[in-house]
Amino acid sequence: MEYTLRLGDNALILGQRLAEWCGHGPILEQDIALSNIALDHLGQARMLMNYAAKQKEDGSTEDDIAFKRDIFDYHNLLLVERENGDWGKTVMRQFLFDTYNYFFYTQLLKSKDAKLRDIAHKAIKEITYHAQWSAEWVIRLGDGTEESHQRVQDSLNDLWEYTGEMFTMDAVDEKMVAEGIGVDLNPIKDLWYEKVAEILDMATLQQPEDGWMQSGGKQGEHSEYLGYVLAEMQHLPRMYPEASW
Amino acid sequence: MLTVADLGIVREVKFDGDQPTVVITPTYSGCPAMNEIEQNILQKLKAEGVENAKVKTVLHPAWTTDWMTEEGKRKLKEYGIAPPEGSSADKSVLFGKPKQVQCPHCGSKNTQMVSQFGSTACKALHKCLDCQEPFDYFKCI
Ligand SMILES: [Zn+2]
Repeated sequence: MEYTLRLGDNALILGQRLAEWCGHGPILEQDIALSNIALDHLGQARMLMNYAAKQKEDGSTEDDIAFKRDIFDYHNLLLVERENGDWGKTVMRQFLFDTYNYFFYTQLLKSKDAKLRDIAHKAIKEITYHAQWSAEWVIRLGDGTEESHQRVQDSLNDLWEYTGEMFTMDAVDEKMVAEGIGVDLNPIKDLWYEKVAEILDMATLQQPEDGWMQSGGKQGEHSEYLGYVLAEMQHLPRMYPEASW
Repeated sequence: MLTVADLGIVREVKFDGDQPTVVITPTYSGCPAMNEIEQNILQKLKAEGVENAKVKTVLHPAWTTDWMTEEGKRKLKEYGIAPPEGSSADKSVLFGKPKQVQCPHCGSKNTQMVSQFGSTACKALHKCLDCQEPFDYFKCI
């Protein structure tokens, strides 16, 4: 179940972050694009949390999973909870994650867990569009004006230390890989580095040196940012538990 | 009227004795219309005198635009939405060339994609370079 939650939390928190842009995008078309991507992530989160709730076998629902857990019970990567920053930073965060997500879900298609496999088949179609969109924006901004180049390069430098966690295998990952359910992150890492280098090169951006990497998100150790994300997301259902549409 | 069967959202109807189960699948995982579709199916069946129908949502196999009927594509076009073109197997990752999409208003192929993401998750925004009209294109997945 923790493995399912990790995937679900990545989707939920990133979806929630992107939803913050709704109505604030730089131009209408991109506002809509980001809202669509947010919706895809939230849809994926629902499928995963619905599954996680079933695995709990205590009558929990997907809403309980999303709204009734505290920060330490969240298992998302630190990268997805980073602040939106400017447009370039949101785009860069999305690119680094989408590229990972694309290769990850491509492997998840082969999972021995039928439900995860079904979800992956659904999600990969959407993720492919996302990866295309964010890579194109990285190139547009990187190879754009001096200002856009500098901003997106700064974002890349800021976010780089959060990429290492994507490929760090812990006991949960090892167990899931051994059972043929989870994804081995080592080959994903190679694929990711190759694709990221290719896109950054086209974007005339400098790939940062691999230095010290942040970690802990998967295990429930989060930055203060996640607290604010959860506060906003969980406020209504916690204040008014009976509220419904 | 374009129906959920035209779109390939209804996968099958199964019977357990006299109890029908309508099996549906979402186009996109975040499609906000799924509850509405489920409710409409149940209401419609009730109006036809079927009180005990059930609706089941399945994820697998994942919905594809290939399931849209020719009839469905024709209706979409009449409605001003360009139907998906060709097969869904567009696997050119990260840098696929967008397809030449035909303008549903004037039929011109001289069109341009404005944005991969349109008014809903399932559509992209295009514009016609001949008649200058913007239009939605139902994306292949
Ligand atoms: Zn036209």
